[in-house]
Amino acid sequence: LAHGAGGRATHTLIEAVFLESFRNPMLETLEDGAVADGLAFTTDAFVVTPLFFPGGDIGDLAVNGTVNDLAMCGARPRYLSAGFILEEGFPVADLRRVTASMAEAARRAGVWIVTGDTKVVERGKADGCYITTSGVGTLDRPVRLSAASARPGDAVIVSGPIGEHGITVMLARGELDIEADLCSDTAPLNALVDVLLDACGGGEGGDGGAVRCLRDATRGGVATIVNEIAEASRVAVVLDEDAVPVRPAVRGACELLGIDPLYVACEGRMVAVVAGDSAEAALAALRSHPLGSDAAIIGRINDDPPGLVLLRTSFGGTRIVDLLVGDPLPRIC
Amino acid sequence: MGTGRGPARIRVRIRVEGIVQGVGFRPHVHSLARRLRLSGWVGNDDRGVFIEAEGEPGDVACFREGLRDQAPPLAAIHRVTTTAIPVRGDRGFRIAASQGGNHRVTLVSPDVATCDDCLAELFDPADRRHRHPFVNCTNCGPRFTIIRDVPYDRPATTMGGFAMCGECEREYLDPSDRRFHAQPICCPACGPVLRLLDGGLHDDDPPPRGPGDSLDGGGPRSDGAHARGPGDGADPIGAAVEVLRAGGVLAVKGLGGYHLAVDATDEEATRVLRSRKHREERPFAVMVPDLRAARALCELDAEAERLLTGPQRPIVLLPRRPGAEVAGAVAPGDRRLGLMLPYTPVHHLLAAELARPCVLTSGNLSDEPIAYRDGDALARLAGVADAFLTHDRPIHVRADDSVLLAARGGALPLRRSRGYAPEPLRLSPPARRAVLACGAELKSTFCLARQGHAFVSHHIGDLENYETLRSFTEGIEHLRRLLGITPGLVAHDLHPEYLSTKYALGLETPGSVDLTGVQHHHAHIASCLADNRESGPVIGVAFDGLGYGTDGTIWGGEFLVADLVGFTRAGRLAPVPMPGGTAAIRQPWRMAAAHLHAAYGDGLPEDLPVRARHGHRWDEVVAVARAGTNSPLTSSAGRLFDAVAAILGLRDTAGYEGQAAIALEQCADPTEQGAYQARIADEGPLVTIRAADLVRAVVEDTRAGAVPARVAARFHNGLAVAAARVCARLRDDTGLGTVALSGGVFQNRLLLDGLTTALRLRGLRVLTHRAVPPNDGGVSFGQAAVAAARDTLGLP
Ligand SMILES: [Fe+3]
Ligand SMILES: [Mg+2]
Ligand SMILES: [Zn+2]
Ligand SMILES: [Zn+2]
Repeated sequence: LAHGAGGRATHTLIEAVFLESFRNPMLETLEDGAVADGLAFTTDAFVVTPLFFPGGDIGDLAVNGTVNDLAMCGARPRYLSAGFILEEGFPVADLRRVTASMAEAARRAGVWIVTGDTKVVERGKADGCYITTSGVGTLDRPVRLSAASARPGDAVIVSGPIGEHGITVMLARGELDIEADLCSDTAPLNALVDVLLDACGGGEGGDGGAVRCLRDATRGGVATIVNEIAEASRVAVVLDEDAVPVRPAVRGACELLGIDPLYVACEGRMVAVVAGDSAEAALAALRSHPLGSDAAIIGRINDDPPGLVLLRTSFGGTRIVDLLVGDPLPRIC
Repeated sequence: MGTGRGPARIRVRIRVEGIVQGVGFRPHVHSLARRLRLSGWVGNDDRGVFIEAEGEPGDVACFREGLRDQAPPLAAIHRVTTTAIPVRGDRGFRIAASQGGNHRVTLVSPDVATCDDCLAELFDPADRRHRHPFVNCTNCGPRFTIIRDVPYDRPATTMGGFAMCGECEREYLDPSDRRFHAQPICCPACGPVLRLLDGGLHDDDPPPRGPGDSLDGGGPRSDGAHARGPGDGADPIGAAVEVLRAGGVLAVKGLGGYHLAVDATDEEATRVLRSRKHREERPFAVMVPDLRAARALCELDAEAERLLTGPQRPIVLLPRRPGAEVAGAVAPGDRRLGLMLPYTPVHHLLAAELARPCVLTSGNLSDEPIAYRDGDALARLAGVADAFLTHDRPIHVRADDSVLLAARGGALPLRRSRGYAPEPLRLSPPARRAVLACGAELKSTFCLARQGHAFVSHHIGDLENYETLRSFTEGIEHLRRLLGITPGLVAHDLHPEYLSTKYALGLETPGSVDLTGVQHHHAHIASCLADNRESGPVIGVAFDGLGYGTDGTIWGGEFLVADLVGFTRAGRLAPVPMPGGTAAIRQPWRMAAAHLHAAYGDGLPEDLPVRARHGHRWDEVVAVARAGTNSPLTSSAGRLFDAVAAILGLRDTAGYEGQAAIALEQCADPTEQGAYQARIADEGPLVTIRAADLVRAVVEDTRAGAVPARVAARFHNGLAVAAARVCARLRDDTGLGTVALSGGVFQNRLLLDGLTTALRLRGLRVLTHRAVPPNDGGVSFGQAAVAAARDTLGLP
């Protein structure tokens, strides 16, 4: 199995195994969460090395990840469950640190962790601590957000500088011996989503709002998210390289590592597709919130070529930003 | 039957297949038949030329011989089949009307440079086509780039919108005329119109988009009038030459796209062109009016002159004469110059009037594909060209100039495109099912194959660019339609991220096509085998930048035991990490860091200049390599050249693919005989060249005071000797006596000649490329050969 990077291989795995086995209309949408009967439901498993890194740890990732998946459905996150798989010998002090940050993250997001489970496996059978969270949210607004709703003329907005989480974790592994002034961007996005939907309304639901689609740019980064949108909506996403916000420390580390920041994971950034004529209003709303102060319009939706993401480079060229099959590998001969 | 005066008459039906349309074949048949007093007819259909001929047996036999022996210069006859049929006793020999049908096995001719007859008319003041920029005949002129569909008839070309005048029509219909059925025939009264448009750089006006856009339409002028632009009645060639003489940049519409031209003796103009093309660092090609002018710039032998004057008119890379009168900025740091002779009437007129060498480079910004649609060219080149020399005959297919390297054993193709594509190459074993081979990623071509024919496409370019990807997919559709090929088998590279691989995988709907993956370096070696019409097994040396290996690492310094069907990896260069993946390709100094770390570990001298130049970045890059973060292992020979170029201070970064490696070759003293020693070790099943030995020798020789020219040469020689020793080892192990050399690194003539010599000294036979490039432009041909060979055996 080489299906970890969140790219095409993960998709293939999901479609070939899980969708095949569990097929039903709700799963088939492959959205971040399922929506029915006024409720949104989602689940996520968390594995990260190292467990503690500047700006966060596996605990707040586990809470924020599920909170954000619910928020991306337009739901108000309410209740979470938490499952722990612990390796024998995992220090109790570390577990306390993890649960403390989960509690803090839950408080910040306004959700309760209401149920849970713990298993301890033999030494060597797990890497310290794995966490699974599931969450329920209520659909208090008449919105319908979907990766399949993007239309030509829409704007693509990112809520802040990208790539900080992924690069922070990579550097925190300590093998690279690089000092960088960086923290993970892990954060709950539900309040930011509220601000945006209050200003613009969402989807084709009751209020005819302007927000078509929200996605948190986790594994595979912004590049993967916009590819999913391009594919699901059968539209082209055209990004403007110079408009994508990237902090200098992230840019520097990406340059050193030869990694394109568009593919680096975030844990507190979302991509919003918004009707073109509401783009400025959406941007202003996002910027009014601390988590969206550096939001930027990074591109637009075109009708042609459907299913592809193009990047207009600083030199005026048009590069294809493809869904990666696995880890990035050089392609130049 | 018969006349009673001589032997009995016989009648035969003859079918001729090959490149026999649009090349004056029917007039040839017609005049031959009349000379031999045969009766019958000749015609074109979608399979080629059909003939019925009746006469005395001896005359019919002569006729059959003459079909081949006296065929017009551009015809390429692949098959003649003859069937005896009953005599009809008809009189006279006529040309029958073209017949349609649904078998499309006609071959499409490549574009052909202006022939001597047309050239004579072009410069003859008494001729009605004197200075006509579109003069052509059945022996020359545009073909592939103007064909929209087959059969090859005027309405199916971009000349379809130009109605012939009476005089042209008479020539077109006269079987004894050189222009009989010359589809692009025209004259000043009825042909396309050349004009010079201002590039709009001198004032604040927007670029002249309007006229350009209207040119795209395809030329039908409903009112029959000449839509001459501003400056009507003026001489566009004269005005264009004035632009060049004044140091301006001129965009010129050629056969397969727009070129950018400047006076090649004008240092300032050449620099301006480089800066307007955006950091362009590649050497520029130079067009000279004739061979005499070529001889003044470069050293030419008979072979070089043959290449330069051939009907394909490629760019030929030739040794530059010391003191040759061209600006330094044309090809900095290169001892060679790419020369080309004019290949269309427009270029002939321009070159003759300028009477100086002229830079002719592709009309694009750095890394973009060449512009070929008028509106697009005017928009994209508006900030680059001071003026546009353009016309209203649309280009249907983009085709870049072909490039050849004059090498010891004959011409080595570096890019096979205009003038060559889509002429088929022989494929053996023939394809059982039709094949589409999708090629690689950079310098991409694709290949369609049917039976014994492999049609390697024109140069498509680097697929990461959307425009290029589109010309890849549209190019496949176009050629498929022209040739009537529906592939049942699709071959592709194994690299999961190549857009060509993804394209191939996307074609697979159940039951429609079968896919076959071909490892990159196997495809290189197969392309060399097929290029030499062999099928192996051989010892294959595949040295290139990189390709995806079957073990998930990046290969590029490989020794394979291979035939067309399969291969085993038998040897390689010792692998090192590529720190930062693609970044290590753009920054050769990173490869120096990786190779020096592999050679010296932590004992690397601090004061080594390449290390000192990069300060703390050096240690960071070494840490990235050591951690293995985004640092795949590679056995690439190209990356080893990069590393050595950086160690010698020749290039720390690369503005284009292969730049550092080319700098290393151009720096090397070809007369130097010394060679560094590299040990050869068995690592599991792989015979491995210790690249670290070469790297240490480079460092130590340099520290001992050897000049870069000597060090570079000793490195080349050392690698050649080591590679030859590996081949000799493999010969002893396998009993194989032939070595095939392929991969982009073999564009390096010093290494190619050195290794060829070293192999021959060891009694090995050497195969090198003839028709397709050793670089990734040849990969699609290799994939097609592998797919066909596997299919013949029923293998997946
Ligand atoms: Fe290659
Ligand atoms: Mg998630
Ligand atoms: Zn001619
Ligand atoms: Zn005419």
